[in-house]
Amino acid sequence: MKLIITIVTCFLFVAITYSQGKYLTKSGAISFYSKATMEDISADNNQVLSIIDTDNSKMAISILMKSFLFEKALMQEHFNENYVESDKYPKATFKGEILNFDTVNDMVSKKQVKGFLTIHGVSKEITIDANMTKKENSILVTGDFMISLEDFNVKIPAVVAKNIAKKIKVTFNLNHQFYKK
Amino acid sequence: MKKILLAIFLVSINVSTFSQDDLLDILDNETPENKTKDIVTATFKGTRILNGHSIENRKDSELEFIISHRFGAINLGFDELFGLDQSNIRFALEYGVTDNLTAGFGRSSFEKTYDSFLKYSLIKQQNGEKPFPFAVSLFSSIAVKTIKDYDPADKRTFAESLSYVSQVLIARKFSESFSFQVTPTYIHRNTVKIEADPHDIFALGFGGRLKLSKRVSLNSEYYYAFDESESINARNSLAFGVDIETGGHVFQLILSNAITMIEKSFIAENTGNFFGGDIHFGFNISRTF
Repeated sequence: MKLIITIVTCFLFVAITYSQGKYLTKSGAISFYSKATMEDISADNNQVLSIIDTDNSKMAISILMKSFLFEKALMQEHFNENYVESDKYPKATFKGEILNFDTVNDMVSKKQVKGFLTIHGVSKEITIDANMTKKENSILVTGDFMISLEDFNVKIPAVVAKNIAKKIKVTFNLNHQFYKK
Repeated sequence: MKKILLAIFLVSINVSTFSQDDLLDILDNETPENKTKDIVTATFKGTRILNGHSIENRKDSELEFIISHRFGAINLGFDELFGLDQSNIRFALEYGVTDNLTAGFGRSSFEKTYDSFLKYSLIKQQNGEKPFPFAVSLFSSIAVKTIKDYDPADKRTFAESLSYVSQVLIARKFSESFSFQVTPTYIHRNTVKIEADPHDIFALGFGGRLKLSKRVSLNSEYYYAFDESESINARNSLAFGVDIETGGHVFQLILSNAITMIEKSFIAENTGNFFGGDIHFGFNISRTF
Protein backbone atom coordinates (compact mmCIF):
# COMPACT_ATOMS: atom_id res chain seq x y z
CA MET A 1 0.00 0.00 0.00
CA LYS A 2 2.79 2.33 0.98
CA LEU A 3 4.45 1.60 -2.33
CA ILE A 4 1.33 2.56 -4.24
CA ILE A 5 1.03 5.79 -2.31
CA THR A 6 4.65 6.59 -3.07
CA ILE A 7 4.18 5.98 -6.76
CA VAL A 8 0.96 7.98 -6.92
CA THR A 9 2.60 10.84 -5.06
CA CYS A 10 5.50 10.80 -7.43
CA PHE A 11 3.24 10.91 -10.46
CA LEU A 12 1.29 13.76 -8.88
CA PHE A 13 4.56 15.68 -8.74
CA VAL A 14 5.00 15.02 -12.41
CA ALA A 15 1.49 16.28 -13.10
CA ILE A 16 2.13 19.44 -11.13
CA THR A 17 5.36 20.06 -12.98
CA TYR A 18 3.51 19.89 -16.26
CA SER A 19 0.57 22.08 -15.35
CA GLN A 20 2.74 24.95 -14.22
CA GLY A 21 5.17 25.73 -16.70
CA LYS A 22 5.80 26.97 -20.08
CA TYR A 23 4.22 29.31 -22.54
CA LEU A 24 5.28 29.19 -26.17
CA THR A 25 4.66 30.83 -29.52
CA LYS A 26 5.77 29.71 -32.96
CA SER A 27 4.39 32.71 -34.77
CA GLY A 28 5.84 35.62 -32.89
CA ALA A 29 6.42 38.82 -34.85
CA ILE A 30 9.70 40.67 -34.92
CA SER A 31 10.35 43.56 -37.27
CA PHE A 32 13.22 45.89 -37.73
CA TYR A 33 13.42 49.31 -39.17
CA SER A 34 16.41 51.24 -40.45
CA LYS A 35 15.97 54.96 -41.09
CA ALA A 36 18.78 56.49 -43.14
CA THR A 37 19.26 59.56 -45.30
CA MET A 38 18.74 57.76 -48.60
CA GLU A 39 16.14 55.16 -47.77
CA ASP A 40 14.12 53.48 -45.08
CA ILE A 41 14.39 49.73 -44.88
CA SER A 42 12.12 47.43 -42.92
CA ALA A 43 11.75 43.70 -42.63
CA ASP A 44 9.25 41.44 -40.91
CA ASN A 45 9.56 37.99 -39.47
CA ASN A 46 6.33 36.30 -38.38
CA GLN A 47 7.79 32.90 -37.55
CA VAL A 48 9.65 33.75 -34.39
CA LEU A 49 9.80 31.08 -31.68
CA SER A 50 9.65 32.28 -28.11
CA ILE A 51 9.17 30.53 -24.79
CA ILE A 52 8.64 31.63 -21.18
CA ASP A 53 9.09 29.34 -18.21
CA THR A 54 6.92 30.72 -15.42
CA ASP A 55 8.66 28.53 -12.81
CA ASN A 56 11.90 30.45 -13.03
CA SER A 57 10.95 33.58 -15.06
CA LYS A 58 13.31 32.53 -17.82
CA MET A 59 12.67 33.48 -21.42
CA ALA A 60 14.22 32.34 -24.70
CA ILE A 61 13.69 33.50 -28.28
CA SER A 62 14.89 31.91 -31.51
CA ILE A 63 14.80 33.83 -34.80
CA LEU A 64 15.57 32.29 -38.18
CA MET A 65 17.35 35.05 -40.11
CA LYS A 66 16.23 33.80 -43.52
CA SER A 67 12.60 34.27 -42.44
CA PHE A 68 12.91 38.05 -42.48
CA LEU A 69 10.92 39.32 -45.44
CA PHE A 70 11.94 42.55 -47.15
CA GLU A 71 10.13 44.74 -49.61
CA LYS A 72 12.77 44.06 -52.26
CA ALA A 73 14.15 40.59 -52.90
CA LEU A 74 17.60 42.03 -53.57
CA MET A 75 17.65 43.64 -50.13
CA GLN A 76 16.80 40.30 -48.60
CA GLU A 77 19.61 38.63 -50.53
CA HIS A 78 22.11 41.25 -49.40
CA PHE A 79 20.89 41.02 -45.82
CA ASN A 80 21.48 37.27 -45.76
CA GLU A 81 24.63 37.25 -47.90
CA ASN A 82 26.59 40.30 -46.84
CA TYR A 83 25.36 41.58 -43.53
CA VAL A 84 24.15 38.87 -41.15
CA GLU A 85 25.70 35.97 -43.13
CA SER A 86 22.77 33.62 -42.62
CA ASP A 87 24.55 30.55 -43.94
CA LYS A 88 27.16 30.88 -41.21
CA TYR A 89 24.86 32.23 -38.51
CA PRO A 90 21.36 30.99 -39.35
CA LYS A 91 19.72 32.08 -36.10
CA ALA A 92 19.60 35.00 -33.76
CA THR A 93 18.75 34.04 -30.20
CA PHE A 94 17.89 35.64 -26.91
CA LYS A 95 18.22 33.94 -23.57
CA GLY A 96 17.45 35.69 -20.34
CA GLU A 97 15.19 36.40 -17.46
CA ILE A 98 12.12 38.54 -16.88
CA LEU A 99 12.70 40.67 -13.79
CA ASN A 100 9.86 40.78 -11.23
CA PHE A 101 7.92 38.29 -13.31
CA ASP A 102 5.70 37.35 -10.35
CA THR A 103 4.05 40.76 -10.53
CA VAL A 104 2.87 40.26 -14.11
CA ASN A 105 -0.93 40.07 -14.20
CA ASP A 106 -3.84 40.57 -16.56
CA MET A 107 -3.21 44.31 -16.76
CA VAL A 108 -0.51 45.62 -19.07
CA SER A 109 2.61 46.38 -17.09
CA LYS A 110 6.13 47.37 -17.98
CA LYS A 111 8.80 44.87 -17.02
CA GLN A 112 12.47 44.54 -17.71
CA VAL A 113 13.95 41.60 -19.53
CA LYS A 114 17.63 40.99 -19.06
CA GLY A 115 19.80 38.54 -20.91
CA PHE A 116 22.08 37.76 -23.80
CA LEU A 117 21.16 38.62 -27.36
CA THR A 118 23.16 36.73 -30.00
CA ILE A 119 23.19 38.00 -33.58
CA HIS A 120 25.77 37.26 -36.27
CA GLY A 121 27.63 35.05 -33.80
CA VAL A 122 28.17 37.87 -31.34
CA SER A 123 26.58 37.76 -27.86
CA LYS A 124 25.82 40.91 -25.97
CA GLU A 125 24.12 41.42 -22.64
CA ILE A 126 21.11 43.68 -22.93
CA THR A 127 18.26 44.89 -20.74
CA ILE A 128 15.08 45.95 -22.48
CA ASP A 129 11.68 47.19 -21.44
CA ALA A 130 8.69 45.15 -22.45
CA ASN A 131 4.96 45.38 -21.91
CA MET A 132 3.56 42.19 -20.43
CA THR A 133 0.10 40.84 -19.89
CA LYS A 134 -0.66 37.45 -18.42
CA LYS A 135 -4.04 35.91 -19.10
CA GLU A 136 -5.24 32.50 -18.05
CA ASN A 137 -3.67 30.68 -20.99
CA SER A 138 -1.44 33.25 -22.56
CA ILE A 139 1.35 35.73 -21.96
CA LEU A 140 1.68 38.68 -24.31
CA VAL A 141 5.04 40.44 -24.57
CA THR A 142 5.42 43.52 -26.76
CA GLY A 143 7.80 46.42 -27.12
CA ASP A 144 10.71 47.82 -29.03
CA PHE A 145 14.37 48.63 -28.53
CA MET A 146 17.37 49.87 -30.45
CA ILE A 147 20.42 47.84 -31.37
CA SER A 148 23.68 49.05 -32.82
CA LEU A 149 24.99 47.10 -35.82
CA GLU A 150 28.53 47.73 -34.68
CA ASP A 151 27.91 45.79 -31.44
CA PHE A 152 27.18 42.68 -33.46
CA ASN A 153 30.06 43.09 -35.89
CA VAL A 154 27.77 43.82 -38.84
CA LYS A 155 29.83 46.06 -41.08
CA ILE A 156 28.33 48.65 -43.38
CA PRO A 157 30.59 49.64 -46.28
CA ALA A 158 31.09 53.35 -46.90
CA VAL A 159 29.22 53.30 -50.24
CA VAL A 160 25.94 52.34 -48.58
CA ALA A 161 26.46 54.29 -45.38
CA LYS A 162 23.66 56.64 -46.41
CA ASN A 163 21.28 53.74 -47.06
CA ILE A 164 21.59 51.84 -43.82
CA ALA A 165 21.24 53.27 -40.32
CA LYS A 166 23.87 52.48 -37.70
CA LYS A 167 21.17 51.90 -35.13
CA ILE A 168 18.25 49.68 -35.95
CA LYS A 169 14.86 49.73 -34.25
CA VAL A 170 13.56 46.29 -33.37
CA THR A 171 9.86 45.78 -32.61
CA PHE A 172 8.44 42.61 -31.12
CA ASN A 173 5.02 41.17 -30.48
CA LEU A 174 5.09 37.71 -28.91
CA ASN A 175 1.83 36.13 -27.89
CA HIS A 176 2.71 32.98 -25.95
CA GLN A 177 0.13 30.26 -25.46
CA PHE A 178 0.17 27.66 -22.74
CA TYR A 179 2.51 24.89 -23.81
CA LYS A 180 1.56 21.30 -23.05
CA LYS A 181 4.14 18.65 -23.39
CA MET B 1 14.91 -0.92 0.95
CA LYS B 2 13.49 -1.74 -2.46
CA LYS B 3 10.68 0.73 -1.92
CA ILE B 4 13.08 3.49 -1.02
CA LEU B 5 15.12 2.84 -4.12
CA LEU B 6 11.99 2.89 -6.25
CA ALA B 7 10.91 6.14 -4.64
CA ILE B 8 14.30 7.72 -5.27
CA PHE B 9 14.18 6.49 -8.82
CA LEU B 10 10.76 7.98 -9.44
CA VAL B 11 11.65 11.28 -7.81
CA SER B 12 14.79 11.48 -9.90
CA ILE B 13 12.61 11.18 -13.00
CA ASN B 14 10.60 14.09 -11.65
CA VAL B 15 13.73 16.10 -11.11
CA SER B 16 14.87 15.47 -14.63
CA THR B 17 11.48 16.64 -15.89
CA PHE B 18 11.82 19.74 -13.79
CA SER B 19 15.20 20.80 -15.01
CA GLN B 20 14.18 19.84 -18.53
CA ASP B 21 16.66 20.98 -21.13
CA ASP B 22 17.53 24.45 -21.96
CA LEU B 23 14.65 26.62 -23.17
CA LEU B 24 16.47 27.15 -26.49
CA ASP B 25 16.61 23.38 -26.99
CA ILE B 26 12.85 23.23 -26.62
CA LEU B 27 12.55 25.92 -29.27
CA ASP B 28 14.83 23.94 -31.57
CA ASN B 29 12.59 20.92 -31.19
CA GLU B 30 9.55 23.03 -31.94
CA THR B 31 10.96 24.42 -35.18
CA PRO B 32 8.48 23.38 -37.87
CA GLU B 33 9.82 20.68 -40.19
CA ASN B 34 9.05 22.36 -43.48
CA LYS B 35 11.07 25.39 -42.48
CA THR B 36 14.23 23.38 -42.96
CA LYS B 37 13.83 23.63 -46.74
CA ASP B 38 16.80 25.74 -47.63
CA ILE B 39 17.22 27.08 -51.14
CA VAL B 40 20.76 28.05 -52.06
CA THR B 41 20.91 31.68 -53.14
CA ALA B 42 23.48 33.92 -54.77
CA THR B 43 25.31 31.23 -56.71
CA PHE B 44 26.46 34.12 -58.84
CA LYS B 45 26.12 37.80 -58.06
CA GLY B 46 25.01 39.00 -61.45
CA THR B 47 22.76 37.67 -64.17
CA ARG B 48 25.97 37.33 -66.25
CA ILE B 49 29.06 35.34 -65.33
CA LEU B 50 31.02 37.65 -67.66
CA ASN B 51 29.86 37.57 -71.28
CA GLY B 52 27.34 34.79 -70.93
CA HIS B 53 24.35 34.35 -68.67
CA SER B 54 24.50 32.84 -65.20
CA ILE B 55 21.64 30.85 -63.65
CA GLU B 56 20.59 33.92 -61.66
CA ASN B 57 17.32 35.66 -62.43
CA ARG B 58 15.94 39.01 -61.47
CA LYS B 59 13.29 38.74 -58.81
CA ASP B 60 9.59 39.42 -59.27
CA SER B 61 8.86 42.93 -60.64
CA GLU B 62 12.48 44.03 -60.52
CA LEU B 63 13.72 46.02 -63.48
CA GLU B 64 17.40 46.00 -64.19
CA PHE B 65 19.14 48.37 -66.54
CA ILE B 66 22.44 46.99 -67.82
CA ILE B 67 25.08 48.92 -69.69
CA SER B 68 27.83 46.75 -71.12
CA HIS B 69 30.88 48.03 -72.85
CA ARG B 70 33.79 46.37 -74.67
CA PHE B 71 36.68 48.38 -75.99
CA GLY B 72 38.93 47.45 -78.90
CA ALA B 73 41.80 44.99 -78.53
CA ILE B 74 44.64 46.08 -76.30
CA ASN B 75 47.23 45.02 -78.91
CA LEU B 76 46.02 47.71 -81.34
CA GLY B 77 48.70 49.81 -79.71
CA PHE B 78 49.10 53.47 -78.94
CA ASP B 79 47.54 54.68 -82.20
CA GLU B 80 44.16 53.36 -81.06
CA LEU B 81 44.97 54.13 -77.43
CA PHE B 82 45.18 50.39 -76.72
CA GLY B 83 41.68 49.81 -77.99
CA LEU B 84 39.93 52.60 -76.15
CA ASP B 85 39.14 54.44 -79.41
CA GLN B 86 36.85 51.62 -80.47
CA SER B 87 33.92 50.42 -78.55
CA ASN B 88 30.92 48.19 -78.64
CA ILE B 89 28.13 49.04 -76.31
CA ARG B 90 24.98 47.20 -75.33
CA PHE B 91 22.08 48.73 -73.46
CA ALA B 92 19.52 46.38 -72.02
CA LEU B 93 16.44 46.33 -69.87
CA GLU B 94 15.78 43.11 -68.04
CA TYR B 95 12.62 42.51 -66.07
CA GLY B 96 11.61 39.88 -63.53
CA VAL B 97 8.19 38.68 -64.71
CA THR B 98 8.13 36.33 -61.73
CA ASP B 99 10.86 35.24 -59.34
CA ASN B 100 11.74 32.50 -61.82
CA LEU B 101 11.20 34.14 -65.20
CA THR B 102 13.21 37.04 -66.60
CA ALA B 103 12.56 38.76 -69.91
CA GLY B 104 15.14 41.02 -71.49
CA PHE B 105 15.60 43.30 -74.44
CA GLY B 106 18.90 44.78 -75.58
CA ARG B 107 20.62 46.60 -78.37
CA SER B 108 24.29 46.25 -79.27
CA SER B 109 26.12 48.77 -81.39
CA PHE B 110 28.16 45.93 -82.93
CA GLU B 111 26.37 45.04 -86.19
CA LYS B 112 23.45 47.12 -84.84
CA THR B 113 21.95 44.03 -83.28
CA TYR B 114 18.73 43.88 -81.28
CA ASP B 115 18.26 40.91 -78.99
CA SER B 116 15.55 39.63 -76.76
CA PHE B 117 15.59 36.72 -74.37
CA LEU B 118 13.71 34.69 -71.79
CA LYS B 119 15.39 32.93 -68.90
CA TYR B 120 13.54 30.50 -66.67
CA SER B 121 14.79 29.02 -63.42
CA LEU B 122 13.68 25.39 -63.60
CA ILE B 123 15.33 23.74 -60.59
CA LYS B 124 17.00 25.26 -57.57
CA GLN B 125 19.90 23.92 -55.59
CA GLN B 126 18.70 23.00 -52.10
CA ASN B 127 20.07 21.99 -48.76
CA GLY B 128 18.12 20.70 -45.80
CA GLU B 129 15.23 18.25 -45.93
CA LYS B 130 15.05 17.69 -49.67
CA PRO B 131 18.55 18.40 -50.90
CA PHE B 132 19.28 18.87 -54.58
CA PRO B 133 22.89 19.24 -55.71
CA PHE B 134 22.62 21.80 -58.51
CA ALA B 135 20.43 24.44 -60.14
CA VAL B 136 19.12 24.45 -63.68
CA SER B 137 17.92 27.42 -65.72
CA LEU B 138 16.76 27.52 -69.33
CA PHE B 139 17.73 30.34 -71.63
CA SER B 140 16.45 31.20 -75.06
CA SER B 141 17.17 34.26 -77.15
CA ILE B 142 16.58 35.69 -80.58
CA ALA B 143 18.75 38.33 -82.21
CA VAL B 144 18.26 40.43 -85.30
CA LYS B 145 21.18 42.00 -87.09
CA THR B 146 20.18 45.30 -88.69
CA ILE B 147 23.48 46.57 -90.08
CA LYS B 148 23.31 47.00 -93.87
CA ASP B 149 26.51 45.11 -94.66
CA TYR B 150 25.01 43.26 -97.63
CA ASP B 151 25.11 43.90 -101.34
CA PRO B 152 22.19 46.32 -102.09
CA ALA B 153 21.11 44.05 -104.92
CA ASP B 154 20.73 41.17 -102.48
CA LYS B 155 18.74 42.78 -99.68
CA ARG B 156 18.39 40.63 -96.54
CA THR B 157 14.88 39.95 -95.34
CA PHE B 158 13.97 40.22 -91.64
CA ALA B 159 13.82 36.46 -91.30
CA GLU B 160 17.26 36.12 -92.88
CA SER B 161 18.71 38.48 -90.26
CA LEU B 162 17.66 36.32 -87.35
CA SER B 163 19.62 33.95 -85.20
CA TYR B 164 18.56 31.88 -82.21
CA VAL B 165 20.31 30.65 -79.09
CA SER B 166 19.17 28.01 -76.59
CA GLN B 167 21.09 27.17 -73.46
CA VAL B 168 20.71 24.91 -70.47
CA LEU B 169 22.49 26.53 -67.54
CA ILE B 170 23.58 24.05 -64.87
CA ALA B 171 25.32 25.47 -61.82
CA ARG B 172 26.35 24.43 -58.36
CA LYS B 173 27.45 26.55 -55.44
CA PHE B 174 30.11 24.27 -53.98
CA SER B 175 30.85 26.50 -51.04
CA GLU B 176 30.27 30.01 -49.83
CA SER B 177 33.10 31.16 -52.06
CA PHE B 178 33.12 28.83 -55.05
CA SER B 179 30.46 28.32 -57.74
CA PHE B 180 30.73 26.59 -61.09
CA GLN B 181 28.48 26.48 -64.13
CA VAL B 182 28.34 24.26 -67.20
CA THR B 183 26.37 25.57 -70.17
CA PRO B 184 25.44 23.37 -73.15
CA THR B 185 24.54 25.75 -75.98
CA TYR B 186 22.83 25.46 -79.35
CA ILE B 187 22.99 28.32 -81.84
CA HIS B 188 21.10 28.55 -85.12
CA ARG B 189 21.81 31.28 -87.67
CA ASN B 190 19.39 31.82 -90.55
CA THR B 191 22.08 33.40 -92.68
CA VAL B 192 25.76 32.55 -92.88
CA LYS B 193 28.52 34.23 -94.87
CA ILE B 194 29.44 31.35 -97.17
CA GLU B 195 27.94 27.97 -98.04
CA ALA B 196 30.52 26.08 -96.00
CA ASP B 197 29.65 27.86 -92.76
CA PRO B 198 27.38 25.84 -90.47
CA HIS B 199 23.91 27.14 -89.68
CA ASP B 200 23.86 25.15 -86.46
CA ILE B 201 26.57 25.42 -83.88
CA PHE B 202 26.89 23.43 -80.70
CA ALA B 203 29.03 24.72 -77.86
CA LEU B 204 29.78 23.99 -74.25
CA GLY B 205 30.43 26.77 -71.77
CA PHE B 206 32.23 26.67 -68.43
CA GLY B 207 32.12 29.47 -65.91
CA GLY B 208 33.28 29.88 -62.36
CA ARG B 209 33.28 32.32 -59.52
CA LEU B 210 35.70 32.57 -56.64
CA LYS B 211 34.72 34.98 -53.91
CA LEU B 212 37.64 37.04 -52.68
CA SER B 213 35.69 39.00 -50.10
CA LYS B 214 32.04 39.60 -49.24
CA ARG B 215 31.56 41.93 -52.17
CA VAL B 216 34.30 41.04 -54.64
CA SER B 217 34.65 37.90 -56.69
CA LEU B 218 36.96 36.67 -59.41
CA ASN B 219 35.16 35.15 -62.40
CA SER B 220 36.24 33.26 -65.48
CA GLU B 221 34.39 31.90 -68.44
CA TYR B 222 35.18 29.74 -71.47
CA TYR B 223 33.02 28.59 -74.35
CA TYR B 224 34.15 25.70 -76.51
CA ALA B 225 32.44 25.57 -79.93
CA PHE B 226 32.14 22.15 -81.59
CA ASP B 227 31.33 23.65 -85.00
CA GLU B 228 33.30 26.44 -86.59
CA SER B 229 32.65 28.83 -89.43
CA GLU B 230 35.00 28.37 -92.38
CA SER B 231 34.77 32.00 -93.51
CA ILE B 232 36.37 33.38 -90.38
CA ASN B 233 39.15 32.13 -88.19
CA ALA B 234 36.77 31.51 -85.28
CA ARG B 235 38.16 31.18 -81.79
CA ASN B 236 36.63 30.02 -78.55
CA SER B 237 35.79 32.82 -76.19
CA LEU B 238 37.70 33.22 -72.97
CA ALA B 239 37.14 35.85 -70.33
CA PHE B 240 38.42 36.79 -66.91
CA GLY B 241 36.87 39.40 -64.68
CA VAL B 242 36.06 40.82 -61.32
CA ASP B 243 32.58 41.34 -59.82
CA ILE B 244 32.19 44.20 -57.42
CA GLU B 245 28.91 44.55 -55.64
CA THR B 246 27.65 47.70 -54.03
CA GLY B 247 24.06 47.91 -52.80
CA GLY B 248 21.79 47.85 -55.85
CA HIS B 249 24.68 47.65 -58.36
CA VAL B 250 26.83 44.87 -59.64
CA PHE B 251 29.89 46.16 -61.42
CA GLN B 252 31.91 43.75 -63.55
CA LEU B 253 35.34 44.46 -65.00
CA ILE B 254 36.23 42.14 -67.84
CA LEU B 255 39.14 41.07 -69.99
CA SER B 256 37.93 39.01 -72.92
CA ASN B 257 38.96 38.02 -76.42
CA ALA B 258 35.43 38.80 -77.63
CA ILE B 259 34.19 42.29 -78.38
CA THR B 260 30.54 41.23 -78.43
CA MET B 261 28.15 40.59 -75.61
CA ILE B 262 25.44 38.41 -77.06
CA GLU B 263 25.71 34.65 -77.22
CA LYS B 264 25.54 34.03 -80.95
CA SER B 265 28.37 36.49 -81.54
CA PHE B 266 30.88 35.75 -78.83
CA ILE B 267 30.41 32.00 -79.03
CA ALA B 268 30.14 31.52 -82.80
CA GLU B 269 31.65 34.59 -84.46
CA ASN B 270 34.59 35.54 -82.30
CA THR B 271 37.99 35.88 -83.93
CA GLY B 272 40.11 37.33 -81.14
CA ASN B 273 43.13 35.35 -80.00
CA PHE B 274 43.43 35.88 -76.26
CA PHE B 275 47.03 34.76 -76.02
CA GLY B 276 47.94 36.74 -79.14
CA GLY B 277 46.94 39.89 -77.30
CA ASP B 278 43.45 40.39 -78.77
CA ILE B 279 42.17 41.24 -75.34
CA HIS B 280 39.24 43.57 -74.99
CA PHE B 281 38.79 45.46 -71.79
CA GLY B 282 35.17 45.98 -70.81
CA PHE B 283 32.61 46.34 -68.09
CA ASN B 284 29.02 45.56 -67.22
CA ILE B 285 27.16 47.88 -64.91
CA SER B 286 23.72 46.97 -63.69
CA ARG B 287 21.31 49.05 -61.70
CA THR B 288 18.22 47.45 -60.25
CA PHE B 289 15.07 49.48 -59.77
